[in-house]
Amino acid sequence: MNVQSLGRTALGFIQYLGELSVLFSETCVSVASAPIRWKLFVRQVLEVGFRSQLVVIVTGGFTGAVFAYQTYLQFHKVGMDSAVGAVVAVSMFRELGPVLTGLMVAGRVGAAIAAEIGTMKVTEQIDALRSLGVHPIDYLVVPRTLALLLSMPLLVAESCALGILASIFVGTKVLDISEAYFISTMVKFAGGSDISMAMIKGFVFAMIVVFVACHQGLNTKNGAVGVGRAPTEAVVISSLLILVINFFLSFALNIIYPVGR
Amino acid sequence: MISVRNLHKTLGTQHVLRGVQLEIRRGETCVVLGRSGCGKSVLLKHFIGLLKPSSGQVLVDNEDIGALHERQLGAIRKKVGILFQSGALFDSMTVEENIAFPLREAGVRDRREISDRVAEALEMVDLAGEQAKMPENLSGGMRKRVGLARTIVSRPACILYDEPTTGLDPIATDSINHLIRRLQKRLQVTSVVVTHDMKTAFHTADRIIFLHEGRVYFEGTPDALHASADPVLQDFVEGRSGESD
Ligand SMILES: Nc1ncnc2c1ncn2[C@@H]1O[C@H](COP(=O)(O)OP(=O)(O)O)[C@@H](O)[C@H]1O
Ligand SMILES: [Mg+2]
Repeated sequence: MNVQSLGRTALGFIQYLGELSVLFSETCVSVASAPIRWKLFVRQVLEVGFRSQLVVIVTGGFTGAVFAYQTYLQFHKVGMDSAVGAVVAVSMFRELGPVLTGLMVAGRVGAAIAAEIGTMKVTEQIDALRSLGVHPIDYLVVPRTLALLLSMPLLVAESCALGILASIFVGTKVLDISEAYFISTMVKFAGGSDISMAMIKGFVFAMIVVFVACHQGLNTKNGAVGVGRAPTEAVVISSLLILVINFFLSFALNIIYPVGR
Repeated sequence: MISVRNLHKTLGTQHVLRGVQLEIRRGETCVVLGRSGCGKSVLLKHFIGLLKPSSGQVLVDNEDIGALHERQLGAIRKKVGILFQSGALFDSMTVEENIAFPLREAGVRDRREISDRVAEALEMVDLAGEQAKMPENLSGGMRKRVGLARTIVSRPACILYDEPTTGLDPIATDSINHLIRRLQKRLQVTSVVVTHDMKTAFHTADRIIFLHEGRVYFEGTPDALHASADPVLQDFVEGRSGESD
């Protein structure tokens, strides 16, 4: 890659972030000035939140289980079996729960949002909305944004809870670690600050998923080909953003919520 | 009612409209003719602010709508309704919900009134009793007519038709042509009909505007168009491509 194309890529990325922030500010304006469509909001909560539960629970549960097993294999060598629960719980809350939920929701919900809005765009349904005096941001973006902001922290919580329950099961029933020790160290080392971090990350990842997906949908062009591309790009972009932003977010949040407090 | 002054529009790299100048008068039916791809739909979308001029002005009731933000265009869009070329029905809603949409948005809450007005609009477009169908189960012509019902249900003062009869069978075409006349006579609706169908043009038009190479090439009565000796107009009216086998 030469300097010129590197520069173009960087400019393109900055422009993309600019477009996302325009969408974000238009959404804020809409929430502040236009009546919120609660019916659509409820439908979206069912669509994006309620129906995502199975995926998120399975992901969280099996991650917690296998993570407990691998941690045990290492910790057992140095006789720290009882610390397994604490490691799993802290990691689930701080990193694995939010990130895995974010990625699963990006794949399931982000893709669906981009495809749906993209189809509406290329079949002139968005123009039809506008011609009937309905702002597409009010009608399409705001209900989805609010639904995801509500659902995501709850999904993260479910994912973490299942991961921890699975680790308790594997640790105490399969690996025969003392139940009392396992749980007491877990409770001692994992607490409110870890849960706060999970919730904050859930909010941030919800914003990433919903704005990237809505942006892709609203900017869909070129008919069926474009509609095919919109969800793929939405998933790729939002997944990468989640992973990168998560890294910096962990550093920033660790200042506010230091580990083990 | 609508006046367009020196309108230019560039889409991508294509200079589609190159200085369109025209006037739509209150109460008339004006037909905009032109070859496919010459910018008729693009022009029509400027009339309700779905597209913004690259330069020039679009005035609706003497208000320059090019300068308005999306949220300020609501009043214009209550006055001016548009029928899209594809119908543009909301595909997650039934026919009834599609047609009821503008009423609900306008604040009508009475279920009885809504269902009566939906039935009435469907009757006008010859689709009585099709309320429960989903758009995906309708033919192209039926979708267009449901789209028209959705446009007329809120009684706009001006209706923009984007190819209302293209792709319809001859009988449906004839009934839409009559409907356009009827709406204009009974409700004094101002109509702009974009088409390349000469039958629709001559049946509905008080005045015809011919769009060619991004500009208004001809403007006059249907009779004047018929009588014109201009080769471009003649070829279009007669349907001659200048090719031979
Ligand atoms: N959104 C768009 N982006 C780029 N080009 C467009 C767009 N919409 C229309 N065009 C181009 O503008 C020209 C006029 O299109 P249109 O107004 O739809 O033609 P018609 O007269 O058949 O309705 C066409 O050449 C079309 O390719
Ligand atoms: Mg067209």
